[in-house]
Amino acid sequence: MPVAASAVYFLNLRGDVLINRLYRDDVGGNMVDAFRMHIMQTKELGTCPVRQIGGCSFFYMRISNVYIVIVVSSNANVACAFKFVVEAVTLFKSYFGGAFDEDAIRNNFVLIYELLDEIMDFGYPQNLSPEILKLYITQEGVRSPFSSKPADKPVPNATLQVTGAVGWRREGLVYKKNEVFLDIVESVNLLMSSKGSVLRCDVTGKILMKCFLSGMPDLKLGLNDKIGLEKESQLKSRPTKSGKTIELDDVTFHQCVNLTRFNSEKTVSFVPPDGEFELMKYRITEGVNLPFRVLPTIKELGRTRMEVNVKVKSVFGAKTFALGVVVKIPVPKQTAKTSFQVTSGRAKYNAAIDCLVWKIRKFPGQTETTLSAEVELISTMTEKKSATRPPIQMEFQVPMFTASGLRVRFLKVWEKSGYNTVEWVRYITKAGSYEIRC
Amino acid sequence: MSGHDSKYFSTTKKGEIPELKEELNSQYKDKRKDAVKKSQPDLAILAVNTFVKDSQDPNPLIRALAVRTMGCIRVDKITEYLCDPLQRCLKDDDPYVRKTAAICVAKLYDINAELVEDRGFLEALKDLISDNNPMVVANAVAALAEIQENSSSPIFEITGNTLSKLLTALNECTEWGQVFILDALSKYKAADAREAENIVERVTPRLQHANCAVVLSAVKMILQQMELITSTDVVRNLCKKMAPPLVTLLSAEPEIQYVALRNINLIVQRRPTILAHEIKVFFCKYNDPIYVKMEKLEIMIKLASDRNIDQVLLEFKEYATEVDVDFVRKAVRAIGRCAIKLERAAERCISVLLELIKIKVNYVVQEAIIVIKDIFRRYPNTYESIIATLCESLDTLDEPEAKASMIWIIGEYAERIDNADELLESFLESFPEEPAQVQLQLLTATVKLFLKKPTEGPQQMIQVVLNNATVETDNPDLRDRAYIYWRLLSTDPEAAKDVVLAEKPVISDDSNQLDPSLLDELLSNIATLSSVYHKPPEAFVTRVKTTQKTEEEDYPDGGETGYSESPSHAVDSAASPPATSSSAPHAAARQPVPVTPAPVPDLLGDLIGLDNDNSGNGAIVSVDQPTVPSGPPLPVVLAASTGQGLQISAQLVRRDGQIFYSLLFENNSQIPLDGFMIQFNKNTFGVAAAGPLQVPQLLPGTSASTLLPMVLFQNIAPGPPNTLLQVAVKNNQQPVWYFNDKVSLLVFFSEDGRMERSAFLETWKSLPDSNEVSKDFPGIVVNSVEATLDLLAASNMFFIAKRKHANQDVLYLSAKIPRGIPFLIELTAVIGIPGLKCAIKSPSPEMAPLFFEALENLLKS
Repeated sequence: MPVAASAVYFLNLRGDVLINRLYRDDVGGNMVDAFRMHIMQTKELGTCPVRQIGGCSFFYMRISNVYIVIVVSSNANVACAFKFVVEAVTLFKSYFGGAFDEDAIRNNFVLIYELLDEIMDFGYPQNLSPEILKLYITQEGVRSPFSSKPADKPVPNATLQVTGAVGWRREGLVYKKNEVFLDIVESVNLLMSSKGSVLRCDVTGKILMKCFLSGMPDLKLGLNDKIGLEKESQLKSRPTKSGKTIELDDVTFHQCVNLTRFNSEKTVSFVPPDGEFELMKYRITEGVNLPFRVLPTIKELGRTRMEVNVKVKSVFGAKTFALGVVVKIPVPKQTAKTSFQVTSGRAKYNAAIDCLVWKIRKFPGQTETTLSAEVELISTMTEKKSATRPPIQMEFQVPMFTASGLRVRFLKVWEKSGYNTVEWVRYITKAGSYEIRC
Repeated sequence: MSGHDSKYFSTTKKGEIPELKEELNSQYKDKRKDAVKKSQPDLAILAVNTFVKDSQDPNPLIRALAVRTMGCIRVDKITEYLCDPLQRCLKDDDPYVRKTAAICVAKLYDINAELVEDRGFLEALKDLISDNNPMVVANAVAALAEIQENSSSPIFEITGNTLSKLLTALNECTEWGQVFILDALSKYKAADAREAENIVERVTPRLQHANCAVVLSAVKMILQQMELITSTDVVRNLCKKMAPPLVTLLSAEPEIQYVALRNINLIVQRRPTILAHEIKVFFCKYNDPIYVKMEKLEIMIKLASDRNIDQVLLEFKEYATEVDVDFVRKAVRAIGRCAIKLERAAERCISVLLELIKIKVNYVVQEAIIVIKDIFRRYPNTYESIIATLCESLDTLDEPEAKASMIWIIGEYAERIDNADELLESFLESFPEEPAQVQLQLLTATVKLFLKKPTEGPQQMIQVVLNNATVETDNPDLRDRAYIYWRLLSTDPEAAKDVVLAEKPVISDDSNQLDPSLLDELLSNIATLSSVYHKPPEAFVTRVKTTQKTEEEDYPDGGETGYSESPSHAVDSAASPPATSSSAPHAAARQPVPVTPAPVPDLLGDLIGLDNDNSGNGAIVSVDQPTVPSGPPLPVVLAASTGQGLQISAQLVRRDGQIFYSLLFENNSQIPLDGFMIQFNKNTFGVAAAGPLQVPQLLPGTSASTLLPMVLFQNIAPGPPNTLLQVAVKNNQQPVWYFNDKVSLLVFFSEDGRMERSAFLETWKSLPDSNEVSKDFPGIVVNSVEATLDLLAASNMFFIAKRKHANQDVLYLSAKIPRGIPFLIELTAVIGIPGLKCAIKSPSPEMAPLFFEALENLLKS
């Protein structure tokens, strides 16, 4: 059954109900007490996000300092329920202008109730597109108090929008300057063994789009991915220009992309929502260019001393540089004193997370830098060899670099009025979970 | 928390909000009133007018809100008033109103199913499937699917026509609408492989959707259809297409990852090839939540193969040194499970375990010893060289399971451990304080030691242990086991050796532990709670199906009037599910524990059977003869023409595990008949009456039916088995009538005939080929595997597994006749084409002709 929820609760960390909405009668209003007693108070919160208590099942997610709990008593669609929560939070954020936390909820009770009523009916998720909902569920004060009867006109239109085939874009948009911004954001996930062999490595990328386009434009996006290029050369019956092609392991698209067409023609064509949205996500495991190499050597000198040497090499183009590089090197809990030498950046010992934190604000390509540290430990009585150290973790951002090598080849915009569009493309690569065991 | 609500209402600044908003809010106020109305239904009526008026408002939003809110008021009186507005709204010009009205029908059905049927809402809803607006279609599908789920009569059956409509709508709906449609369509059974391929082709593009629910529902549907697809190329291709989207789910939020992993766990059990090359994506990240790590580990074990085991072992070893104790234990156990699963990798696994033991982290050592015990069981006499290393860690053991495992190892290999007696002795000192698990192992190990090294030391030890385990304990398990050993040792030490040191059956890997039929059911529930819990929905959903009461259906006891009017609330008590289901009609009974509708005959039957075996006196039978449930008419065994006007119809039947002879006497003669008695001649099964026949005086033109409880193995006829049952019936007025009846083997199949898959395989292998008999039934057509299996299951033939061989379906079933004689059945057929081949294997192959005859009768009807 595709029912996703019988009731939704928003709780704060103490377990107080901030807001609740019952969609069905099959769960009692007091079921949340069961959640509080059996899950929140038993320190089992982290053990499993889907739990059964009595005849009811609870799915919960923590978002900042709020728990969103869904209660059902039937064989509900859990995937649907969690995705609903994720989307609902996105929706709320877009209404609140950013943060979603206890305070934001307290300040927006009316709005949240209105939205909860609109986005789910009898436990079935309805339209959750912020773009459309904002047409007829308006925040207080957004509209000028002077316009006496503003609601009359757009409303009949709104209902068609909600249910329409293009349920994510409203008609009649006009921009003086038609612009599209494309951001290709990649996260590199790496797990490297202490000996430097890559255990797992993949790139999850997303293409974020910001559209300021008039009318109902049709867009077509071309990337340098292998399948798309092959298909294109097939259709045009001429060989593709040489150049790097990328093999995408998997792609998922925003609902605006015509999937059937993608399946048959391998082209990404769509009518975009207005404003900012995530056009597509992709995943690549082959041929990933790792931006950084990390070579740690950690020596234990006796029981109370450790020597830590970490060398970081940047392997991207010499003209580009990485920003905000942070290397976190775990040290034992009983660390007493540390001393460092770094060739660039700054390092310090952070006792709260038991790590040496080494920050380098700007890291040019094709260079290397090292940290050598001496760590003194308090000698402890229980001298059992402790569990292995957590991995070294790294954070960074490399603008104008894609670990996958993905490039946007073209972005075509068609609109019946035939206006010209300005397109902007940016690339950035960030660290996902970039871990090196040591 | 209505406290919050009232607060927010007081903070609403009415002057500033636009008109629309005001109306929206008015809806909430009404809702608040509803809370009052639940206790004061009369007041609710007062609000109805407002709703009815609103449902005709020119503004579609208001119309939709009116109908949506009315659906939430669960007061019977109101629902009457709701019908007219709802009818109007279902045909509204505005799609927003229609999509809201569609869901409202489901709400109304939940309150008053009869009303929905009577007012033709179901038809209106079905019309909406052809609506030109995709969201209306999606909501209508969701509503229909839900109504179908709660009803036992066929309401929403997907035909080829609706299928193609819905597949088209799929392209245009919102993401949620796609989920509704895919979920509903996954119940559709394609007619043949071609249709299945066509469906799959239109669904595969959904795998690229960004919404995880759409992806999982698409996977569910593809997996369902794949069962029908015969072309291996197509299947391979589909597997290839499904892998990347499944992997991508692992980059979603951890909660979604968890749902995905639980589902992947099921998927790889059915289609191990899908993710065979993707094991790396299941490697745990350091910051993964623990519930994600645990699930990943489980899948890694499932995907581990000779090809990737080295990599996997390195990972497990890494995990075994992490911080979280539960995770570490599971990692150690995982290494052991891999060793058991992959024979060629066993040695490497063991060396990793030894390395871990050397780290000397207490719980790692204990866990390692537990799994090494299992490895010894799996590969006896192969890796004993490591025992010395294990013994070094003896004193660190403090958990019962680890201790018990170590003691088992010492006992099992006592002859190879020089100081086995010393080691065991060190445990003996604390014998009385040890947990039962350890005591039992100590007892057995000491006996083993004594049998292997019958010297003085062990002899003294065994005295101590036996004394401790018999006199000093109050644990009956331990005491009984000790007495048995004592008796064995004192009467016949050689026999004791045979028993205690007997060769043990080799254990196997349990990582594919789900029963195939359960797995089938879970796979059809992908993305739902059922697939996360790995339990069938009935196991945790306490909701009761509402059934339409129609004139034809007549329930034996009349306690349920008004049943379908009452809203079916879920009962949130795990303790008493039958309390509500007892009112569930048989048709809807899908509960795992069936509620016996009339427990009386069952109980009595048992009592009678017992009593008669001993004394032959069946006086109790007369208390209350079970009534004959109306079923198909019984075959006539004595025609009125030969019986001077007395006609007897009879058949052996099985009810609730008991065999009865169901008889119908019709007196067409001119005189009243009384004093009926019955006698059975010797027959193959030794069937005989368990008590006297209880038939009242039959006046001319009347009839009486009865269920005569039967017992088996009373007067067995020698010679080859046959189905003949010779019966004699007499009464005070007429001569003795003799007639022949045929026994169907099916009635002897007992309810406990279900076999584990492994047991089935073992039994099959253990029986010689000469015990296999097969027969062709050219005239039998299997049109649906499901229906056939249901039919067979009704006769206690239990489905074990199914496999495809070319275009043929091969089904394996098991059954059991009394005295525990199993029947292993293999049915081979092509769906829809006449011809069925049946092969059986049984310790009693001479029963085969009887079986074939019975099977043919069953399947022909």
